[in-house]
Order: sequence, then C-alpha cells, then structure tokens
Amino acid sequence: MKVPPRRKKNPLAVTRLPLLPPAAPSRGALKLATLAGQGRFALPVCTACGAVSYPARDVCGACLGELAWRDVADGGTVLARTVLRASGDVYFRQRLPVRAGLVGMDAGPRTVAFLHEDAEPGTRVRLTLRLDKADQAVMLALPEGFAGEDALLHAHGCSLRDRRVLVTDARGSLGAAMAARAVAAGAREVFAGEAGTWTSREALGQSSLPEGVLPVPLDLTDERSVREFAAEFGGRVEIVINTAMAPRPGSVTEGDPTRLREAMELEVFGTARLARMLGTALRARGADGDYPACAWVQAVSADALAPSPGYGAHAAAQAAALSLALSLRAELRPIRVTTVFLGPLEDEWHQDVPPPKVAPRAFADAVAAALERGLEEIAVGDVARHLLERWREDPTLAIRETTHTS
Amino acid sequence: MSMLADFAAAIVSGKIKVIDLTQTLSPDFPTIQLPPEFGQCAPFRLEEVSRYDAKGPAWYWNNFSCGEHTGTHFDAPVHWISGRDLPNNTTDTIEAKNFIAPAVVLDCSKESAANADFTLTKAFILEWEKKHGRIPAKAWALLRTDWSKKKGADYANVKADGAHTPGPDPEAVEFLVKERDVFGFGTETIGTDAGQAPHFTPPFPAHFFMHGAGRYGLQCLCNLDRLPPTGAVIISPPLKIVGGSGSPLRVLALVSS
Repeated sequence: MKVPPRRKKNPLAVTRLPLLPPAAPSRGALKLATLAGQGRFALPVCTACGAVSYPARDVCGACLGELAWRDVADGGTVLARTVLRASGDVYFRQRLPVRAGLVGMDAGPRTVAFLHEDAEPGTRVRLTLRLDKADQAVMLALPEGFAGEDALLHAHGCSLRDRRVLVTDARGSLGAAMAARAVAAGAREVFAGEAGTWTSREALGQSSLPEGVLPVPLDLTDERSVREFAAEFGGRVEIVINTAMAPRPGSVTEGDPTRLREAMELEVFGTARLARMLGTALRARGADGDYPACAWVQAVSADALAPSPGYGAHAAAQAAALSLALSLRAELRPIRVTTVFLGPLEDEWHQDVPPPKVAPRAFADAVAAALERGLEEIAVGDVARHLLERWREDPTLAIRETTHTS
Repeated sequence: MSMLADFAAAIVSGKIKVIDLTQTLSPDFPTIQLPPEFGQCAPFRLEEVSRYDAKGPAWYWNNFSCGEHTGTHFDAPVHWISGRDLPNNTTDTIEAKNFIAPAVVLDCSKESAANADFTLTKAFILEWEKKHGRIPAKAWALLRTDWSKKKGADYANVKADGAHTPGPDPEAVEFLVKERDVFGFGTETIGTDAGQAPHFTPPFPAHFFMHGAGRYGLQCLCNLDRLPPTGAVIISPPLKIVGGSGSPLRVLALVSS
C-alpha cells in the first residue's frame, strides 16, 4: 500500500490516542526485539543440530540442544493470509484493516507476519524485523525484490520525509550536518536550535545554515529558552534529534571542573529539561495521523559505555545522558528513542586523536538511515562500532580494554 | 542625624532621584566569552523550584546560578593578577564604606556610535576636564558609551577577530589611577576594557592598572545617559562572597534634581 500523502490535521477532530499494541514479552521476545532494534534479523539457532527456533525457546525444539542467536536467512514463502477487519484490541481497532499471514521461513520455522498487499499465498517474500509502537519485534513480509516506500514500512519506521524535525544544536557540527540532511531527506520543517545567539556563526567560523532550515533560539541549559520553544513549536515537532553534545578533553582528576559542570548542564540537565518540556506533547501526538510524532534521537559518545583515557569528565556526563535516554525509551513510548553512539569527532577538540574519526556528515547519514528503519541503537564510525560490538559481548572486558590501554 | 533625615526626606520628595544603573539579570544578557580552551564564566540561569503548585502550593521561588562576572557586576582587585596580593582585595573584605562614592561621567557616546573600537585617551579626559573641571580624587570614572542600549549580538559585537566595543587605552587608565586617584572605572560594555584590549600593551589595561592599584570595576551598567557629568553618588555593594573576585549587583545612582 502506498504511503498516504501528508495532510494538514483537522483541528476539530479528536486526536488518535497513542495506544500501544498488546505486549507480554518473554525473555526470548525481548532478545528478539533488542536485536531487531540493532537492525539484525537474528533468531535462536541450535548449536548442536543447527535448527532455527521461532518463537524463541529455551532449548532446541528438535534435539534439546543449546541455542545461540545468529543472523539467519530472511527469505520466505507466504503460506496463508488473512485480513483482520475486526479486533477486540484497542490498538488494532485504530488500525483496521490489518493484513497478516503465515510465512514459511527459508531458515525453517513458520512465522506470523504483517503482509504487504501484494503478498498472496505462494508469493516469495523478504522478511524484515521491525519494532512496533511497544518496542516489540514484529515481522513484516514484503514481496521479494520490492523496493521503495510502503505504508507498512512507513508505519514501522520514523522516516524524516515529510516530518517536522527539531535538531537541538545547529551551532555544533553534528547538528548543522543533521539539519542539512533532514532537509535533503524531504523533511517538512527543520527547526535548527541555536544557543548563545549573541555570537554569530561567522564569528565562530561556521558556515551559514542550509536553505530550508528554520533557525530557532534554543539553549538546553536555559529553562526559559526550552519552555518557550516547547510552547511555540512543541505541537509541531515529530522527530527530535538531540545533538547537544560537546566532547572536550579532560580527565577526572586533572580536567577543568567547570568543563564537567558545563557538560552536565548541557548534556544531562539539558536533555532532561527538553524531555520534560517537550516529551508530553511528543507522546500525545504519537498516533496522530499518518505522520505521527515518532522519534527521539540521542547522540551519545561511545565514552558513555567505556570512558576513553583523558576524556573521563565528559564520559561521566555522557554515561548520565545515556541513562536518561534509556529511561526515556520507556517513558516516551510510542516514541522511538534511538541512541547513536559516536567515536571521536572530526573536530578541533580531537586534534590529537588519530583517525578514524566521525565526520558530521557520516553521523547525519547514519541517523537518517536508522530513522527510516526505526532502529533504536546504532554506532557511527569504526571506533564506536568496534567498541559497541565488544561491549555487547562483554561490557566489563570492553571497559577494561578501553581504560587500561594507552 | 539631621543630615540623614534630610537625605531620607529628599529621597521621598524626589529632590534626590534614585537611578537604577543595573541591567536585568536574565539568560538573554550576553556573558563574556573567553577563548574556548579557557575556563568560562557561567551565564545566568534560573530554574523554578515551585510556583503555587504541587512542589510548593502557596509559594513561588527559583534557584539561580551564574558566575561572579555575569550581568551588571563588580570587579574586586583580586580579580586580576596585578591585584592578587593587595590587602582587602576580595568582595568580603572590602570596607563597606567603599561601596558608596561619587562619580564623574565621561560621555563618549557620539564617538562610540561612530567607532565601535573607540578608545578613551588621556587627551580626551583632559579635554573633558576643560569643560567639567578636574576629576576629584576617590570618584568613580564612568564611561558613557550608550552601549547598554544595544541588545544581544550587537551588544557583544564579537567578530572573527575578537570583540569590538569601546574602552580605555593604557595611558588613560594609568592617568586616571595615578594622577586623578579615581576610585574605580565603570563601563556599559561587557568588561571595563575595550573589546580589542587583548592587543593593548599591557593587555586589558583597565583590569591591570585599576586592580593593581586596589581600585574597583563596574561593568554592564546602563542609564549612564541619565547622570550628570559630575555630582552623582554611586551605591554599589557586591554580594559578600567569601574570597569573591566580584559579584553581580544592583548599582544605584543618587542625583539631585
């Protein structure tokens, strides 16, 4: 089904409530969702006989062998389909009719999936795991070779196209690149937050903001500034991209203590302040029309996971900011909270850090791609990607590897 | 006692006008910005504690935070390295009587309007004295530039080559301190020194010479255009911060009408 065009909201119509789909996840279902949120199509595979289990079980259904999560083939064939025209569930009642069916996976098991309208019994399909509005993994089945936009994908993603986007810190290099990327992705409006407007972009050696961006005064460290932005534009923002992150060198013992305070003020208190002032409005519009409020992107230094030597003070602020984002993931549901881990940035504060470093453009591209798929955790750049991989495997070891080297 | 009673009566009757020389403490008011690798002065921030709500049903109050040099503020001699070893050089040790003193107002508003980098020179001061008389000892020298009428970016006036705001040249400051024995130096701009003062010799002469001689500074003043060239009395007590290098404050001028 085509993505419906964006229409202006009827101000006299009652807004659709941000209800959540039914959820009673097992630990296995949570694992499936965790991997889906990372963009993986992984299922439990028996380490003894190789059989793939779905839904997730504690032991192999074929041989009682141990299971390990592995990426598996995402092809399949539609076995049966149905169209739900009535439902007792309040979430699905808002979204009828729903096309669903049974798909025989090439990997072995059968799965219930949401079906593309062209997926008939016998149709070869490609399955994709997406997070639903309750952050649970759901299977979407689209005809093999299908490319382009589709209402099913649209509803299970947070595409920038036609959305109204806030980039919190367009004075920073990440924010400036992100604002430009949002314009290029066809965002309907891009609000570019600018703090400290008594210094000009020119004086800071920054190029002017791209065409199509609307600069707005926004300083996350200033309660009144955030309140005024939220009051004025809170009802018009559907995607928040919080790039207010300013990594500065400084160890815990020898770093400048005012730096630590500044980082906390901006990245921790600022993020909390923005969530407090904007979160309720965002959540309330989480099912509003075909382009509901849908995402909160939080740029996080990979130092939040394991502090780089010499950046201990900033790492502490980032660890706190990450924790806030993780709480927001639950508090803002159905808004998708996407954490974007970053390695050292290609900026003047990392002159003494050798490459690879993260170019602002790479960050912006990665965020746009993650939003399209509704992912909840990504890493940008080799340093962050490598750390995140090791951290997922063994956090304590990854921390030791980071803090005890160099 | 009758002198004080007369004074109080003159305030009530309006014979003595009280003029507020203070900018409103607000997050919107520019704070000085140093090169990014240096420690920075915190801007003014206000956070609500309660406002007749669940956090405090019958009362409204805020927590605020800022640096010692945020908004309209007082500079104590200890602020500069040249004044670090002087006695009574901090906000809590300066004698209370030093917070009330007469002032002269050097009007450079026309010159500053024409040139953001206008520098006050000894020659300018001597010229001023021809019209208004010699600057009395122990008086504040206040530099009227009308800069306080500017807002935001125009007020800070920071470009890629630094700030461009008026201020005194080294010779003028030395002259005021050594030959006119001024009490301190006050400006409407973000600091007592000119925006380009890092390039003067010595750098930041108003800070260097004034504080080196135990004199005080006032900056981010406003309403200097409402003061006479001579005859105003300035009341400027900073917060009694232990070991403080300065403090935001309310600055009042008394003027006889």
